Amino acid sequence: MAYHSIVLAKQVPDTTAVTVKAMRKDGTLNRSALPATFNRDDLNALEMALQVKEDHGGTVTVITMGPRMASEILREALYRGADETILLTDKRFAAADTLATSYTLSVAIKKLRDFDLIFCGREASDGNTAQVGPQVAEKLGVPQITYVEKISRLEEGLLEATRLTDQGYEIVQSPLPLLLTIVPHANEPRPPAAKRLMRFKKAMTPTEAASRLQREAAFTNKVEIFCEQLKEKGLLITEWNAEALPIELDRCGRSGSPTWVKKIERVVLMGGEYKSFPPTDEGVGQLIQELIEDHTFG
Amino acid sequence: MKREVWVFVQRENNKIAEISLELLGKGRDLADKLDAVLAAIIIGKKAHELASPLIAHGADRIYLAQHEQLDSYTTLPYTRVLVNLISRFKPEIFLLGATALGRDLAPRVASYLKVGITADCTELKIDHYTEPLSKERYKNILMQIRPAFGGNIIATIVNPKTRPQMATVREGVMSALPPDATRKGEVINLGPELAEEDFKVQVVERKAVEKRVDLKTAGIIVAGGAGVKSRENFQLIFKLASCLGAAVGASRAAVDGGLIHHDHQIGQTGSTVRPRLYIACGISGAVQHRAGMSESKKIIAINPDSEAPIFEIAHYGIVGDLTEIIPKIITAYRAKNSGGKSGKLLPR
Repeated sequence: MAYHSIVLAKQVPDTTAVTVKAMRKDGTLNRSALPATFNRDDLNALEMALQVKEDHGGTVTVITMGPRMASEILREALYRGADETILLTDKRFAAADTLATSYTLSVAIKKLRDFDLIFCGREASDGNTAQVGPQVAEKLGVPQITYVEKISRLEEGLLEATRLTDQGYEIVQSPLPLLLTIVPHANEPRPPAAKRLMRFKKAMTPTEAASRLQREAAFTNKVEIFCEQLKEKGLLITEWNAEALPIELDRCGRSGSPTWVKKIERVVLMGGEYKSFPPTDEGVGQLIQELIEDHTFG
Repeated sequence: MKREVWVFVQRENNKIAEISLELLGKGRDLADKLDAVLAAIIIGKKAHELASPLIAHGADRIYLAQHEQLDSYTTLPYTRVLVNLISRFKPEIFLLGATALGRDLAPRVASYLKVGITADCTELKIDHYTEPLSKERYKNILMQIRPAFGGNIIATIVNPKTRPQMATVREGVMSALPPDATRKGEVINLGPELAEEDFKVQVVERKAVEKRVDLKTAGIIVAGGAGVKSRENFQLIFKLASCLGAAVGASRAAVDGGLIHHDHQIGQTGSTVRPRLYIACGISGAVQHRAGMSESKKIIAINPDSEAPIFEIAHYGIVGDLTEIIPKIITAYRAKNSGGKSGKLLPR
């Protein structure tokens, strides 16, 4: 039996790429110095979806909500094996908290054909809330299995998975359709495939297609024809704004978000006094002596 | 009628999880500020056995949702019980632990109720809030304070318009009250409503794995990062830890690199620790890691790169190769700790 999978992915600032260069003198982080990247945990989700497709057949559709430049992670998903990609982008979707985000995603998912499985990463590395997965599941009225390490069985509309718990782990069975959130050590995400990269680096959204034609001074009334050609070659990234969806605008973006940020404080992670010791027997000896004398060792 | 502050009680083998007692400690403080009732919600088969200790730890009221089928946690039935209770009693605030269970349950409940929720709070306060654009003033609402963006910023979040104001709270950051057996409270037994369709997800096996490490109570932690480079080198970390009577920690890079099990992970997505001594070996000091250990009383950083961010928060630094430095530390510690003193073992 073939399964239709959806992967929910997010483009995030790469906080793991924090180097001294991205730090300001006062110890805070310069966000704009960080590259935008495929949220790490979401690559594990994509990998698990691709493995299901390889084992059972079916399709993998990747959806992201974000600014126009988020199409980059959709191309990356295509390089790795995704069949179809969808960008949800609209100013009215912006500044959404997890409730508004999960609402928007769930409306888009309902517009697609029936799905069997939805894969999410455990959490996004910028917010670390781990809330959107369970909230999308609730909005779609399907069960969720969070913190999944492994799918041990998938047959006849039933899935069995190992998930982490506070005490250890449990093996859970659920009928399809359902939503899974995947932990980072579940698998090793595959790198982009060279052949697919060559092919799909030309994939683009209609907006990107239009601006490319404009750059090349082609007539804009050709955009539709150009998109049609892209679509035939499987190179069109679907792009949906609010008009493309049967969506209640007051449940999207900032206006659909019950949580508001009152205040942001930069964290200054700086130590107090700092002493350096040379990496020699004497240097190490001095350090240990000092720590013994002030009873740091106990 | 008095307003209510609710705490979800998580059970571990029919004992109250530590996080729930910590939430009651903070909940008591919030309820007193609001002149509200502090209620603990407990779902399970023999939930009533836990009522007295919950009252002793600060609860005024216990809501018991007892049912044979609710003995062990699964998402859908627990969600249904909670959303029904919340719709009925309309609490002002609802707190859960940011545990695997809490982070599975809380967002689903919030989504159903269409209310705001803040994950992984490290501080909660009651304060007034004026919306900057409309100038609308909200009195006595919950300030939900949490690190975000890999621990780089601390955000104060409010959700003044929806009730309950929901938040999950990180383990180990709030303090439980000492139990007071003379405290009085009322116990309300509720017949939880169940739906057969919620039991379509079944747990076929449940296994407790003893935590290999208890980082939270460790006085000394020796932690390794990507700079440790190999599993063999990580043995050096274990060797130093055993010499000092320390626990072994790791950065995410070391865990993701397969050098060590994820139970050891410290940082934004692992444990938050505050030992009296933290020895960071081959850890560059990504903000995510620093967010989990920067409150250690003393930090020693060992790294070949003198520019590594870890040195910015370290109290002591040794720039060099950890495979050379760690054996030197072990030698120096053994020599000095046994040599000069009376020879008796120090208690740890």
